[in-house]
Amino acid sequence: MSDDLIQRVLKAIASSKRIPLETVTIDSDFQQLGIDSMDAVEILFALENEFDIAIPDAEVRSVRNVRQMCEGVERLVAARAGCPLGPAASK
Amino acid sequence: MGAICALGRNVAETAESLRCGRSGIGPIESADTSQLRFRNGAEVRGYSHQPYFDDRRADFIDRFAQFAVIAAREAVQDSGIELSPALRENATIITGSCVGGQSTEDTGFVEVYKLGHNRVHPLTIPKTMANAGASHISMEFGITGPAFTISTACSSAGHAIGQAFWMIRSGITDLAVTGGSEAPFSFGILKAWEAMRVVSPETCRPFSKDRRGMILGEGAAMLVLEPLEAARARGARIHAEIVGFGMSSDACHITQPSAEGAARAMRAALREAALAPEQIGYINAHGTGTAANDPAEVAAIRAVFGAHADKLAISSTKSMHGHALGAAAALECLAATLALRDGILPPTANFTEPDPDCALDVIPNQARQAQVEYALSNSFAFGGLNAVLALKRAE
Repeated sequence: MSDDLIQRVLKAIASSKRIPLETVTIDSDFQQLGIDSMDAVEILFALENEFDIAIPDAEVRSVRNVRQMCEGVERLVAARAGCPLGPAASK
Repeated sequence: MGAICALGRNVAETAESLRCGRSGIGPIESADTSQLRFRNGAEVRGYSHQPYFDDRRADFIDRFAQFAVIAAREAVQDSGIELSPALRENATIITGSCVGGQSTEDTGFVEVYKLGHNRVHPLTIPKTMANAGASHISMEFGITGPAFTISTACSSAGHAIGQAFWMIRSGITDLAVTGGSEAPFSFGILKAWEAMRVVSPETCRPFSKDRRGMILGEGAAMLVLEPLEAARARGARIHAEIVGFGMSSDACHITQPSAEGAARAMRAALREAALAPEQIGYINAHGTGTAANDPAEVAAIRAVFGAHADKLAISSTKSMHGHALGAAAALECLAATLALRDGILPPTANFTEPDPDCALDVIPNQARQAQVEYALSNSFAFGGLNAVLALKRAE
């Protein structure tokens, strides 16, 4: 996972939740950060815009912490790169 | 009573669908879903204004307000009441609507934002306003008494019917036409629902372990309310009696449900009706089929009813008519009324697997014959605004 991707995910979380960037790390979990379900959908929205990806609901259900979120984003970015006509491309 | 929804164009068709556990959920036809994560909704399929309104009148009325008038016409006709000049002047109209004429608004915004045109149709404002349903009902019948619209998201019609009930009971008005209407199938609002990630990609399975969210619905239901003695005196066919209304606000979270808030609204309805929890036989649940709502509602029912919760029959008819937002509580009050009147409790359709967090008798898939004396109709809105109606079987 690239540092750039991690930094962009951390930034998306911090700016959506309006908390200082330094309080969010790759090892944070959502409960610790006080992220509820509405915060979560806002963060997903921010990530979709930031990375130009579409995050399916099925991908989201098991994600509980920042590391899993970064991994998921990485997977979707890679999938989009390999498949330029996927859903994100038609956004 | 009057209704138009995914289950039928009138009360008889709607009742038949509820009895058969027949869901009105299917592929959305009135909006383009190719760019959406979900495809299904509970629409009034193949709807056209033509059997109901001439073209010129329909030009002035958005789909949601057309539904309001259609249901009100049936309700007034069904009531058999003669609208004398004195009654017209005294009668009240209270409607519920959450999003108003959203498809009209959407069309106007496409004109300016997307197509770059410099003008929007002059009827956009009067068609979009959420009170258009109440206004067109008043014009339809020449009712000139109090008329207004309540917008409390998914509880709108519950609050509307409750206010109408209170106005009748306090003697402020002799007759009320009340209920709710909604037509939320336009692309912009569907996109907004998609972003909330609460809409099911398949169907609505309230209280099922594998539930995946709500399904949007549209339509209207309207009721004619009058004092019990007046209805008896004129020999009206009384479908049911409203005996209590309870409200509460969660003061908690803008979208997450609160079992405490829901429980307080149910207790308030019981208290006003002077009913013990054990007297309730059926609850038409809010039952959206989302991960969060259903266990919170079951916890609230357990908190209010204690051991009696396991003897109660509850069902979510949203599994059939979808979540019609500002019309939901009216359709569900109608479903609860039919249950009391006909002795047939509507099922929770599309039920597959029990969820230990929702372990109540939810009348899975098949309607049940049962003579119930009292029922509740629950509505718990986004924003934490709750409305519960208590109904009694007509004697």
